[in-house]
Amino acid sequence: MKKFLMATAATALMTGGAMADEVKLGIILGFTGPIESLTPSMAAGAEMAMKEVSDSGKLLGGSTVAPVRADSTCVDAGAATAAAERLITSDGIKGIMGADCSGVTGAVLANVAVPNGMVMISPSATSPALSSVDDGGLFFRTAPSDARQGQVLADVLMEKGIKSVALTYTNNDYGKGLADSFKSAYEGMGGAVTINTAHEDGKADYTAEVGALASAGGDALVVAGYVDQGGPGVIRAALDAGAFDTFVLPDGMIGSALEENFGSEIDGSIGTVPGTESEGASIMAKLTEAAGIDGSGPYVGESYDAAALILLSMQAAGSVEPGDYKAKIMDVANAPGEQIFPGELSKALEILAGGGEIDYVGATAVEMIGGGEAAGGYREIEFKDGKITTVKFR
Amino acid sequence: MDFLNAIVALSNFVLIPAIAYGSQLALGALGVTLIYGILRFSNFAHGDTMAFGTMVVVLVTWWFQSMGLNLGPLPTALLALPFGIIACSALVIGTDKLVYKFYREQKAKPVILVIVSMGVMFIMNGLVRFIIGPNDQRFADGERFIISARDFKQMTGLQEGLAIKTTQGLTVITALIVVALLFWFLNRTRTGKSMRAYSDNEDLALLSGINPERVVLYTWLIVAALATVAGTLYGLDKTFKPFTYFQLLLPIFASAIVGGLGSPLGAITGGFVIAFSEVTITYAWKKVLTYLLPENLAPDGLVQLLSTDYKFAVSFAILVIVLLFKPTGLFKGKSV
Repeated sequence: MKKFLMATAATALMTGGAMADEVKLGIILGFTGPIESLTPSMAAGAEMAMKEVSDSGKLLGGSTVAPVRADSTCVDAGAATAAAERLITSDGIKGIMGADCSGVTGAVLANVAVPNGMVMISPSATSPALSSVDDGGLFFRTAPSDARQGQVLADVLMEKGIKSVALTYTNNDYGKGLADSFKSAYEGMGGAVTINTAHEDGKADYTAEVGALASAGGDALVVAGYVDQGGPGVIRAALDAGAFDTFVLPDGMIGSALEENFGSEIDGSIGTVPGTESEGASIMAKLTEAAGIDGSGPYVGESYDAAALILLSMQAAGSVEPGDYKAKIMDVANAPGEQIFPGELSKALEILAGGGEIDYVGATAVEMIGGGEAAGGYREIEFKDGKITTVKFR
Repeated sequence: MDFLNAIVALSNFVLIPAIAYGSQLALGALGVTLIYGILRFSNFAHGDTMAFGTMVVVLVTWWFQSMGLNLGPLPTALLALPFGIIACSALVIGTDKLVYKFYREQKAKPVILVIVSMGVMFIMNGLVRFIIGPNDQRFADGERFIISARDFKQMTGLQEGLAIKTTQGLTVITALIVVALLFWFLNRTRTGKSMRAYSDNEDLALLSGINPERVVLYTWLIVAALATVAGTLYGLDKTFKPFTYFQLLLPIFASAIVGGLGSPLGAITGGFVIAFSEVTITYAWKKVLTYLLPENLAPDGLVQLLSTDYKFAVSFAILVIVLLFKPTGLFKGKSV
């Protein structure tokens, strides 16, 4: 028995000391809850980056990367915090790809990541409030803040000549933040928001909400909600009552579920999703197709980039410890250095191992600004014949 | 023209939704009131009984749809309704034999039965989620509209559209038929009369040879039928999600109590009172008033008394007011 214990202890020591071992990364996304139809492809995107790095065998002398998934639920801060705790204490992860929704991301950051000194890169938390959070240099996001999306959405509406809208948002950090930023941008350009009201997710019936929106009037209805939650209910009620025909839909509302539910009923509706025209996006599309992942959904590229950034920074710092590599993330993401596109992680690892510099472009043209958030490009979309079509990139 | 527009806008957003919602509440409240009148306790499991019946209807509807069976313009769910009623009856009678009978024989106080019904509520709640899951389920099919807003605008040339959904029309017609049948049963048949006698005075009814177990059995059967019909209509009109049926409990109880617990007529009136108050108090009157008032008096604000978030607060407030000033309800039911 004594010998056995000694042996185990010795093995533990050796594996701890050796460089070539397994690095675990947490993927905290809402696999259940209001955006559950989006998260499987997001997680698959992140895991694709990890697999690419593992397969190259060049991370810190041949370490492999193993993803550990956990459910953020998107809405339940308590459950998300518990899931993140579990990842750190029992799974021993070295970085977090996540969380997804703004509310739970803030909670995980404040309650788990900062106290444990864990790096978090969120692919999809877009609340403007997260820009000013005290994160100790641990929090980054590959998605732009909604302050920017509100601005872009207002631009699109003005160009279309839509001068007055009714606005409803899902009653949480994401919805409120987006609605506020849109409202101030739109009114700044001379548009009129006739009503700015919240809707609760998960209700059976939105007739009353739509009644109020219709009474206030407007050329279009802005629905800053979730595609798997109250959002479609609001659109359905508005269509049924003949209150609005044109809808303006930010990122949380764009998904193939919308095409299935409404088809050509919402033709002419417009929206914005984070996305870029860069070379990276088309490479990413090919990669996801080859891997059998649905790459058309939002935030798949951002998820890939988030995971890739963590791993490349580890390589740059020569360490898997969050405290060591957190300072390298901005360097890896931005110029100077050689541009890195999706599928070129092996090349990037090599350059970094040789002491060179890289400028990670990735699937979404990553450019980190301010406190570590993406500068942000957007794809303007329109519904035509029941399909989501891309108008242009902004 | 403006006057017509105002009426159409009002019907579209207030009258029609409130009438449909009121009918659904009335059917639910009838179930609660029958249990209270005859079995003498407040059945908190009623919302989840509705969910269970509707769940069976949803499952059978899917089965029919997969076989290609349908009713043309009417929803297939109507065809599945009898199956839902049978399954729901089996559930409530089983519950009665297993749970309530024990307490009835002990002559337990009503408050104990209320707590027991809460336990039953949680079990049924879990059962429904376990079988069909907690998510939204769509099972409506057939023609969506009797008249759609766009058609109405083209037909009349008015600015405002009027939409009447098939499910709304169906709700009102079904509710009328069910209520007529119920009143005929209670007032004209022997069993119905014995149920009323049992409700009025238990001891006297027993002395005159009425079999109490039979009365209890019939009550549960009727309640199961009412609950399944109400739940299915609500699910067709809105969507089926187990949690919303649990939430319906508050407006249903408010309806039954406002009308007077134990009074079927009161339950129906109560249902409409609650539905109309919820909708009119949370409606933004700006549009209607803009049409009606001269231009210089047109309101700038929304003229909305309460935000729609407070919908449930309205039924709660009405409940409290009625209990304070007229504890027996509008139709002199039993005091709570």
